[in-house]
Amino acid sequence: MENPKDLKYSKDHEWIKIDGNIITVGITDFAQNALTEIVFVELPDKGKQVQQNKTAATIESVKSVSDIYAPASGEVIEVNEQLKNAPEKVNKDPYGEGWIFKVKISNPDELNTLIPVEEYNKIAE
Amino acid sequence: MNYIPTTEKEKKEMLKEIGVNDAIDLFQDIDEQLILKEPLKISKKLSEIEVRKKVESLAQKNKTKTSFLGAGCYNHYIPSVVNHIISRSEFYTAYTPYQPEISQGALQSIFEFQTFICKLTGMDVANASMYDGSSALAEAAFMSHNITNKNKILISKTVHPEYKKVVKTYCKMHDLEVVEIDFKNGATDTEKLKNEINDETASVIIQNPNFFGCIENLDEIEKIAHENNSLLITCIVEAISLGLLKAGNADIVVGDGQSFGISPSFGGPAFGFMAAKKEHMRKLPGRIVGQTIDADGNKGFILTLQAREQHIRREKATSNICTNQALMALAGTVYLSMLGKQLKNLAIINNQKTNYAIEKINKLINFEIVFSSPIFNEFVVKCNDSKKIIDELEKNNIIAGLDLEKYYPELKNHLLMCVTETHSKSDIDKLVEVMESIK
Amino acid sequence: MKIIFEKSSSGRKAVELPELDVPMKENSIPESMLRNELDLPEVSEVDVVRHYTALSRKNFGVDNGFYPLGSCTMKYNPKINEDMAVLNGFTQAHPLAPDLNPGCLQLMYELEKDLCEITGMARITLQPAAGSHGELTGVMIIKKYFEVKGEKRTKILIPDSAHGTNPASVTLCSMEAVEIKSNNQGSIDLEDLKKNIDKDVAGLMLTNPNTLGLVDKNILEIAKILHDNGSLFYCDGANLNAVVGISKIADMGFDIVHLNLHKTFSTPHGCGGPGSGPVGVVEKLVDFLPIPLIEKENNEYSLNYNLKNSIGQMRAFFGNFGVMIKAYTYIKALGAEGLRQVAENAVLNANYLMSKLKKHYKLPYDTICKHEFVLSDEGLPNNIITTDIAKRLLDYGFHAPTIYFPLIVHGAIMIEPTETESKQTLDRFADVMIKIKQEAEQNPDRVKNAPSNTPVKRLDAVTAARNPILKWEGKC
Repeated sequence: MENPKDLKYSKDHEWIKIDGNIITVGITDFAQNALTEIVFVELPDKGKQVQQNKTAATIESVKSVSDIYAPASGEVIEVNEQLKNAPEKVNKDPYGEGWIFKVKISNPDELNTLIPVEEYNKIAE
Repeated sequence: MNYIPTTEKEKKEMLKEIGVNDAIDLFQDIDEQLILKEPLKISKKLSEIEVRKKVESLAQKNKTKTSFLGAGCYNHYIPSVVNHIISRSEFYTAYTPYQPEISQGALQSIFEFQTFICKLTGMDVANASMYDGSSALAEAAFMSHNITNKNKILISKTVHPEYKKVVKTYCKMHDLEVVEIDFKNGATDTEKLKNEINDETASVIIQNPNFFGCIENLDEIEKIAHENNSLLITCIVEAISLGLLKAGNADIVVGDGQSFGISPSFGGPAFGFMAAKKEHMRKLPGRIVGQTIDADGNKGFILTLQAREQHIRREKATSNICTNQALMALAGTVYLSMLGKQLKNLAIINNQKTNYAIEKINKLINFEIVFSSPIFNEFVVKCNDSKKIIDELEKNNIIAGLDLEKYYPELKNHLLMCVTETHSKSDIDKLVEVMESIK
Repeated sequence: MKIIFEKSSSGRKAVELPELDVPMKENSIPESMLRNELDLPEVSEVDVVRHYTALSRKNFGVDNGFYPLGSCTMKYNPKINEDMAVLNGFTQAHPLAPDLNPGCLQLMYELEKDLCEITGMARITLQPAAGSHGELTGVMIIKKYFEVKGEKRTKILIPDSAHGTNPASVTLCSMEAVEIKSNNQGSIDLEDLKKNIDKDVAGLMLTNPNTLGLVDKNILEIAKILHDNGSLFYCDGANLNAVVGISKIADMGFDIVHLNLHKTFSTPHGCGGPGSGPVGVVEKLVDFLPIPLIEKENNEYSLNYNLKNSIGQMRAFFGNFGVMIKAYTYIKALGAEGLRQVAENAVLNANYLMSKLKKHYKLPYDTICKHEFVLSDEGLPNNIITTDIAKRLLDYGFHAPTIYFPLIVHGAIMIEPTETESKQTLDRFADVMIKIKQEAEQNPDRVKNAPSNTPVKRLDAVTAARNPILKWEGKC
């Protein structure tokens, strides 16, 4: 699966869609593949304040567990409720129905640490 | 005896394959100065006859008597079936069921165990067992902190004192504050609970029936806890009571399963149990078994929700617990299968025999039943001189009960006594007769 | 196979309760305190016996065959131990009547003394119920030690090859686990250790021999680095079987050790417990042990609750006494000579098997091992991985080794034969492992689809975790 060009990425294999001061966060195809079949996504509560590079969600497969970090600080305004009953959406459609949460960010400068798709492609080789 | 099958000839062949001359060469990676030059100062090996005699002589030094001592470790009749089943070596010589295809016996029995515990406690999910009731209670306190993010644990003074000690030991290390709630007429003082509970309170811990044998007013306590957005943790130490009593609308129920088909054995091993409401499922510590299907679509069982556990989540795990007390939980499962719905009748027999003892003792001049709260199968007796009562009864081959002063300095000359189905009417009559005769 | 609840038949009974021989008191307990229903199965005694006997036949224990589960020391469990643990004098002993049970106190005292001699430690608590419970006890002792000294030390160093219980125990004590790298010999990387050591370090937890089955050659130097820094050195003694009677843990510079009676001292694992995880400490830490300790004076045994800095109590009463009886019986039967033979033969068996298998499987750390060794699935043909090897072994009547641990080896296959296995068993196991490798080349589907002759086929762990069914939802 090709990594979409219109997204930004983190070195921790997360993708970030930026929409003004709202960001949507998910994990990349490379990440879902490495995690194998996902069995549970622990979502943050709506309204929760998250801090950049701190754990905002966790994602479990049978044999592993990984943290999803907030790419920028702010308030969680929406979470993907569908993942509660269908965590496999992260495997099947990581860039679409498998999105995880949305944050209303407080400091757009924090997004400067994110990398473009060309750079991420090299990491995920 | 060393249970090693290898002969000298075989050993030589093996050393040759490895490419060394002597077995000690296999330890050359250990610093020379660390290799013991002298044998250990441990007695020399014994034959099976000798070792049996030695251990039997120790067992014979213990004195068994008719006992009215409960206090967290109970004498109940164990149906023969229980020990026959747990003595099947397919069970007792196996390890944690990591390979489910050849461990369906263990896994299905644990699934049944979880079902028994849920049905008895009214909870949605149970784990595969804990070390004992006290450590399960400490883990429940941690769990309540993890769920609520609050740091204060309120624990009734009527909780078993050794359990309280364990909770305090654990909580201190985890920087949680533990506050004790006093009792009134043998049960938790709900007024004092109301005064103490606040925004910082993660959970309220209540034992039922409590250490004094009294049945707590769980309905009222539940209201106080939940109105304050704190969790209610109920702890069941005398598990037979579950045949008759409700566990209350708790968030977490823990307990000790020794009463379910396991002998006292000087306090262990038995098993702890832990169950919770469904929303707390992923915060539970310990092993959990789930039902699934195999490659042919047939039903089977497997360890599941393992991402909570230490071998995957390491420092972020819900607990460090690794093994549980599986064989003891199997004993409990077999016991509960044997008793079934009759567990209620057994509980009634325990309660009624205790009522009988209470009534008779209450008529004695020098003894008083101090708490009037409803009881299950234990009660507190006030006397003039507890040491003397214990000594005199011992002379008549009766263990009186527990001198409460050991744990409650304010309860000097108070005895905690327990009656179960193992006591006949004549055992109780004899007890009362000897008590009456003490001047 | 149905579960016991599904076999219920209304009105059926398995036990006859004694008739109530005292007058019945009505309404002794208020209605509001009583439960509404008790939905438990109604079955007969023969139903129960057949049900659980059938289940036992779907279970594999050491008595069924070779169980090379690395790191778990699945040795033979002598039958005499079981008989001794159920002697009436022991099973009927009440923990709150210690004066009436001097035999129990004496057994615990003597067991402690023998374990002290084996480890070189000053005193040992028998209270912890399992290895991980012992670890937690040990970390609490470390934390309390520095608290009493008035030092705030928050970090515990743990090698990347360690069991998950190590870091989890540290977190439970609100301390921070810091990972230390292993070098290419599988030992602690001394440079990384030196880089991480500072005044915040309370201690280091090391499994010795480690989870690769190797002794850390720098053990004395590591101890010195820690002690020079005022830190404590903790030994996870899970692998004591490799050095019992050969070398003492305390001599290596460790300050604290936990043992697993259910590993080295032959007590059975019971499908995952009960275990027993005694913790030994050097003299300066005795005062921090959980209460009570057992003392002997003028041939009388008593309980000592008077430890000024004790961490408290880890569980009610004295621990898993029944397990202690089995370990005691074992130590008495073997004696000093027998214990040393245990280590020698455990190590002999492991090296023999390793030397046969390394010609066919990748052995990442090719050096003399102790009680166990770790193979890797790297280089296996046709995408065969560790799980496949493990499952195929089940078809041949063996339990699988420990797999995917330690984490530092790719597709780890951790094999611990123990001393109680014969050369013939080891040869047969080696032959089967070699045959599976051939199958992987010639008939990979056979291996991928294994096991095929077990009570169930490979189970779907993903479905189990996605939609947890954790109890039977029906009504009896």
